Amino acid sequence: MANILTLKKVCKTYGEGTKNPTQVLFDVDLNFEESSFNSIIGQSGSGKSTLLNIIGSLDRPSSGDILFKDESLAKLSKKELAEFRNRSLGFIFQFHYLLPEFTALENVLMPYRISKREITKEVLDRASELLEIVGLGNFQNKLATNLSGGQQQRVAIARSLINNPAIVLADEPTGNLDSDTTQKVYELLREINKRFNTTFIIITHDRTVAEKTDRVIEIKDGKVYLDIRK
Amino acid sequence: MKLAFQIAKRFLLASKKQTLVIILGIAVGVSVQVFIGALISGLQKSLVDATIGSQSQITIVKEDDYIHDYETLVATVEGASENIKVVTPTITTRAGSLVWGEISEGVVLNGYDFTSADEIYNFSNKLTPGSEIPDAMNEVALGINLKESLGIDIGSEISFESPIFATQTFKVVGFFDFEVSAINNTWTITTIDTVQNIIAEGEVVSRIEMQLNEVFDAEEVTKLELETVVADEYTITTWISENESLLAGLQGQSISSLMIQIFVIVSVVLGISSTLAITVLQKSKQLGILKAMGIQDGDASLIFLFEGVLLGVFGAIIGLLLGIGLLYAFTTFSGTDIPISFDAGFLALSAGIAIIASTLAALSPAIKSSKLSVIEVIRNG
Repeated sequence: MANILTLKKVCKTYGEGTKNPTQVLFDVDLNFEESSFNSIIGQSGSGKSTLLNIIGSLDRPSSGDILFKDESLAKLSKKELAEFRNRSLGFIFQFHYLLPEFTALENVLMPYRISKREITKEVLDRASELLEIVGLGNFQNKLATNLSGGQQQRVAIARSLINNPAIVLADEPTGNLDSDTTQKVYELLREINKRFNTTFIIITHDRTVAEKTDRVIEIKDGKVYLDIRK
Repeated sequence: MKLAFQIAKRFLLASKKQTLVIILGIAVGVSVQVFIGALISGLQKSLVDATIGSQSQITIVKEDDYIHDYETLVATVEGASENIKVVTPTITTRAGSLVWGEISEGVVLNGYDFTSADEIYNFSNKLTPGSEIPDAMNEVALGINLKESLGIDIGSEISFESPIFATQTFKVVGFFDFEVSAINNTWTITTIDTVQNIIAEGEVVSRIEMQLNEVFDAEEVTKLELETVVADEYTITTWISENESLLAGLQGQSISSLMIQIFVIVSVVLGISSTLAITVLQKSKQLGILKAMGIQDGDASLIFLFEGVLLGVFGAIIGLLLGIGLLYAFTTFSGTDIPISFDAGFLALSAGIAIIASTLAALSPAIKSSKLSVIEVIRNG
């Protein structure tokens, strides 16, 4: 299968130009195939979150480049990067990060509204359908603050899919959920991966979770230490 | 933009107490502004009105002479400026006394064209009951104090005696009360031809008097317009040049009122600005996720600008209501007769200033939010 994302010799150094620069990533070369289901594991401080932020274009590499399909992200302006994130990426963060002032449905629609397109009936239906898929069909008009942790995380999953992104990036999506809910959330992600052919890149520190993915990449000391495909 | 507006609205509604406190802060500022502005301008208007409302605001005289061809001059003056409300010729002599039996009182004898002079002096409202405006030769109306000092009444025939003019008999048709003792003690009013007859100089008047629509334009607008059409032999004086201390007082009042209003606005701006700055911190998580999802920096800062506008609009509306309520309570319950003056323009100005100030106050939080980096938020999650 074709590569959807390619990392070329990506380095990241924090505090460049200061007395104590800290290099976090060293010449990382990676590529991700379309519709694949990947996990990145590593100990805390290994650089895996930094890697995900760079893949998600939330942070720029100090050197090296990232290609989305064949397009280099290094050349894009801040504004173009924001558009790229909105159009092609979905984010699921560890701490849910819903907007507590909005309802579940409004949160799911948020990335679509950021793209400045008019809300149509199709989009509303799609948002409802996504909430159905994550099992929250009856919670559409509840404020995000009134949902439990697991429910919030599922809303975040629905939200990450609203713009039909090519890649969903998840940073410890089950980090603060109990093991039953964790199991359900992974099954859900897996199902979405099959159904919509969305590429998933999931960061986790939980090896049992990682083992259920198609490919496990272990980051150690800012380098790719292991890369196991099933 | 729609999204930014909606987010702003939600953010404000989500922390109702905080929003309410800011709105009340703005409202109190606006109401103080409205209250002080209306009070000061009311005081000024009534002061100006009391001082010059019933007197000539621009006067034309000829030095050491009577004005001979006065009807032409009146016509010229009337066409000279749009600001002139009314023009009236007046003739005066101080060289005589009213004599009633043993008693004699020195008077100022003024001859008026009552149809126009009444618009300046408002005689008809100042007449005592039963009095009339003089309208025939040798009919006079007197200041109310002369009634007592001479011991006369309506219908009395009284003689006017002068060292330089022939003696004349007047018929008293009324008394007036100007609530100014200098006038009530000495003024005797009559028709122009009565005085012309005494002076025996022919068809002359002493001066041309006028009142204006915009009294403060007297010196710098109307006088200049008059000077272009009136011959050099005449002297034009305005109320402004004769009331410099009054004007200085008014100006001092205006400045102090302005200072109060400026400080009120400054404190409102500081209040909103610091509260919104805290809001940016409170909402940094939300801003972080919005930016991760691809919201443009400009739209992110619009959220806070809209918050400023919304706070300003609601603060201004409540402030106007509060201010008007305060003025109402003040006029109703203070027991004083202090005049209040405000108009739609003044209210709109106060509201507009509040809205602009709130928007400006939101500027620095807005810039801050546009600079906020996603990575910072997510790392410190």
